[in-house]
Amino acid sequence: MADAVPMFEARDLARYFDVSRPALQRLISGEGRRLLRAVDGVTFAIPKGTTLSLVGESGCGKSTVARLSVGLYEPSVGEAVFDGRDLAEARGMADQRRRMQMIFQDPYASLNPRWRVADIIAEPIRAFGLVTTRSEQANRVAELLTQVGLSPLDGQKFPHEFSGGQRQRISIARALSSNPEFLVCDEPTSALDVSVQAQILNLMKELQQRLGLTYLFISHNLAVVRQVSDRIGVMYLGRLVELAPAESLFERPRHPYTRALMEAIPDLDMTGRERIPVAGEVPSPIDPPTGCAFHPRCPLANDRCKRERPEMEVAGDALVACHAVEEGRDMAA
Amino acid sequence: MSNAVPLLQVKNLRVEFPTRRGTLVALDDVSFQIAPGEVLGVVGESGAGKSMTGAAIIGLLEPPGRIAKGEILLDGRRIDNLRYEQMRRIRGKEIGAIFQDPLTTLNPLYTVGRQLVETMTTHLPINPAEARKRAIGWLEMVGIPAAAQRIDSYPHEFSGGMRQRVVIALALCAEPRLIVADEPTTALDVSIQAQVIALLKRLAREKGTAMMLVTHDMGVIAETADRVAVMYAGRIAEIGPVREVVKHANHPYSAGLMASIPPLDRRVERLAQIDGAMPRLSAIPKGCAYNPRCPRVFDKCREVRPDLMPAGTTEAACWLYETEAARG
Repeated sequence: MADAVPMFEARDLARYFDVSRPALQRLISGEGRRLLRAVDGVTFAIPKGTTLSLVGESGCGKSTVARLSVGLYEPSVGEAVFDGRDLAEARGMADQRRRMQMIFQDPYASLNPRWRVADIIAEPIRAFGLVTTRSEQANRVAELLTQVGLSPLDGQKFPHEFSGGQRQRISIARALSSNPEFLVCDEPTSALDVSVQAQILNLMKELQQRLGLTYLFISHNLAVVRQVSDRIGVMYLGRLVELAPAESLFERPRHPYTRALMEAIPDLDMTGRERIPVAGEVPSPIDPPTGCAFHPRCPLANDRCKRERPEMEVAGDALVACHAVEEGRDMAA
Repeated sequence: MSNAVPLLQVKNLRVEFPTRRGTLVALDDVSFQIAPGEVLGVVGESGAGKSMTGAAIIGLLEPPGRIAKGEILLDGRRIDNLRYEQMRRIRGKEIGAIFQDPLTTLNPLYTVGRQLVETMTTHLPINPAEARKRAIGWLEMVGIPAAAQRIDSYPHEFSGGMRQRVVIALALCAEPRLIVADEPTTALDVSIQAQVIALLKRLAREKGTAMMLVTHDMGVIAETADRVAVMYAGRIAEIGPVREVVKHANHPYSAGLMASIPPLDRRVERLAQIDGAMPRLSAIPKGCAYNPRCPRVFDKCREVRPDLMPAGTTEAACWLYETEAARG
């Protein structure tokens, strides 16, 4: 496995957004440009046929990574490498595009309300010229609808005739229509009710097994992520703070932020334990704290954490960016 | 808790929406009560009628929605038939409301201090100076740092979590006896959500405020509520003590709902799922509304609509418990 080319690799990937005020105002007030570092140096690899999930709170940059991964954004620094090839070089190459698809969070906004479902699903097939005749196309659409648990007759309906869960099935069918190998799923179940979420997660797992798909899965929900992932990356303020095999992350969360996230999830078992919520809030990415971005909220922070930004270091089977973990200070806590 | 005088009683509430294609029944025969100091959780999927129940109680149903039948009593007094001005006095003073989105609840043109002061001087017999003093106290109470300085800030100067705290302070500052909180933590990140839940729990305990907590998040309910009502297609499917409903649900729908929550403490190969989707209001099946999706359906379920009946430690609207109810 180690020598195989990963399906997707992020190499020191970064994306900055210019949030400066207009040039004239800057001139008058004498202030400089301001950059929002939405993603600031993220490195990971996803082996073929596996799922990597990115979790974190709003504003941590996980959705920006998703968009960088399919080339919807160009990286400011670093490389997004798909099957051994830099996406920047492969720009505009139809075959590259065909092999990667995205599923979005909101199944109400991501389907054209004026198109019939069959046309929505057939669009990528037509765009990539995957079939030659109309009947072939109709057969393929029917097959895709069946694959995601809908009826071929549903193709003649419009999106508004479907519930949220069914619409997400349509989005999945559309994503699969170009025979992709790599699917980037940005919060695919966050807009769905919990019983429907289970349907979609089960479907995604089935499809992965059947078609050998590779997933980059973005979510804020740790319980969902545990069900689908092989590896999990935890993001905070544009950077990965921990990257570990799924089981290991849950059995032994190492980074203080990962621990805080898990601590914050309401307890369904009702053990009645009093949780100690993390104090404070995620700081602004325009003006991040010095050193480790988590230090103002971290119970283990010391002077070094305020001064020096930690890099990802090996800790057991995980990578962790934390001085306290590296120095073994976390054991005492 | 059941022998305490209920603060809120909802009796056989029916809410209808007249439309061109006929009348839609959004809530059908909903009954429950909340005692002082008690937190009732209301859960269900989107469209089940949980927010509608809250809106009916605070008298803010979106027209053309209207209460067609039933009664809502606060402290034994009917409030569902009050005129607008009378209801306005009760909102804020007797019933506080917290909504999901803190940006739309706060007036962006007023400082948070002004909004708090105005609410208090409207409902409490105090002067503006005293109200301002109390406003600072409330902001401190909900955990806003440097409250004395922040009181003159505008809503946009606060972050999402801080704004939701302001909304909570605003709902509490006239010291209402009942709070209707509709998805109060849904727009917040988990770490902020935990802080807000802890705050609501503490306030209910310390002030003896009764609370109706509407949410789709079972984790929040499990942590906060004393009792929980599970709603489906405009009716209560099951109601009972939170531990019983979460751990040993009797109604097949609540059981399915609980089972479909992805567990945090282990990985399962396949999540339990409920096939299909909740019916639209215009197409609610005959008999039990859940019957087309129910794994334990039998003939009677397709014909006759069940009412809540005793089912072990809870009450469930399910014919499986009919014999038990008859033995009673």
